Amino acid sequence: MAKKIRVLIAKPGLDGHDRGAKVVARALRDAGMEVIYMGLHQTPEHIVEAAIQEDVDVIGLSLLSGAHMTLIPDVMELLRENGAEDMVVLGGGIIPDKDARSLKDMGVSMIFGPGTRTDEIVEYIQKNVRVADE
Amino acid sequence: MSDASMDLVSRILGGDRRAVARLMSMAENDVPGVKKILAELHTHTGRAHIIGVTGPPGSGKSTLVDKLTLEYRRMGKTVGIIAVDPTSPFTGGALLGDRIRMNEVALDRGVFIRSMGARGHLGGLAKKTGDLVKIMDAFGKDMILVETVGAGQSEVEIVGTAYSTIIVEVPGLGDDIQAIKAGILEIGDIFVVNKSDLDGADETARELDAMLDMNPNDSGWRPPIIQTSALSGDGVSRVVEALTEHMNHLNETGNLHKLVRARARDELRNIIIDHIRSLVDARHDSEEFETLVDSIVAGELDPYRAAEIYLKTLEG
Repeated sequence: MAKKIRVLIAKPGLDGHDRGAKVVARALRDAGMEVIYMGLHQTPEHIVEAAIQEDVDVIGLSLLSGAHMTLIPDVMELLRENGAEDMVVLGGGIIPDKDARSLKDMGVSMIFGPGTRTDEIVEYIQKNVRVADE
Repeated sequence: MSDASMDLVSRILGGDRRAVARLMSMAENDVPGVKKILAELHTHTGRAHIIGVTGPPGSGKSTLVDKLTLEYRRMGKTVGIIAVDPTSPFTGGALLGDRIRMNEVALDRGVFIRSMGARGHLGGLAKKTGDLVKIMDAFGKDMILVETVGAGQSEVEIVGTAYSTIIVEVPGLGDDIQAIKAGILEIGDIFVVNKSDLDGADETARELDAMLDMNPNDSGWRPPIIQTSALSGDGVSRVVEALTEHMNHLNETGNLHKLVRARARDELRNIIIDHIRSLVDARHDSEEFETLVDSIVAGELDPYRAAEIYLKTLEG
């Protein structure tokens, strides 16, 4: 059985718009990945615990609320604490370029802004995920 | 066994969540060497109460599992959850969304939740699920809840190997013929009519009751029918009581031993079939295989004889 890429999709914090996250989740599924969908209102603790239990390769965080400079760094910190910094973290939503640069400095792999095509995300994941380290 | 494998075993027995999650992926992906690790863990299993939960999509299985988990945690028991969702036969991808309903227990260190895509395992799903159950058991979970959509043979197979199986029904999904068709009456130890605040719950419970009366059953256990509203938690403690009673019944009647033996039998059979399948898959484009195919196409050999010839080469 070939390894399947496993991706966690979550919306940290309090924003209520999950259309984009659902579109991405579906596109990744259609690209043959296993998508663990957590949905709205997730805390960084919930997200990291789920990522560990599900042994995902990628964590996709979608934020439209403006709280990305608090919540995404919290996720990165918790991943480090749990020895899971090898997971690829992607951000999406309304995130200004300046913030995107700081987030990348903290270890976020890529930020996908509005207008990103889903196949760009699929391609990025396929290129950047550890294929077989077991 | 390699040092890395031994290390994984000791980390799992020591309660390392990342090691547990990693081994589950290895088992799902069938990576080389995983059998040896599972074999090593096997001696540390056999204590958990394995519970299957199945029913149609949207019947509230995940919510019920969430609430059952809360009850067990109150009783001081640790819980492992394996939630199986369908894989798309077209793309091989899957959207695993059962965690959404399990937020209440998701941060509890006494609970471990794992989502699983059914993938394209031809009959292999039961084996993979069995591997994950084994890992949860070795990890020390007291109760292991396996949740699947009750729609096909393989799901029935999975829950069929649990010690106790809960069938979740909801009012208004169709008449009693549907339940007979699905073949669920035979495998259920406890029937739950969920969303019992909806119209028709009493009627659904009554119909199930009447059908169970007609269902011959020599185990001495008459499956109870329990109405619940998993969202509000109504009736969930009665499901827990019924599960305890069922386990006591299995112990007192000696049926537990029969179940344990049936599980061991299924597992052995699945491992053997899996092994043979991988032997066949590994050589399906070999020269001998292709030569036989050519002979069939040329009309020199029928496929049945060709298969016999090929199987002889596998034995060697």
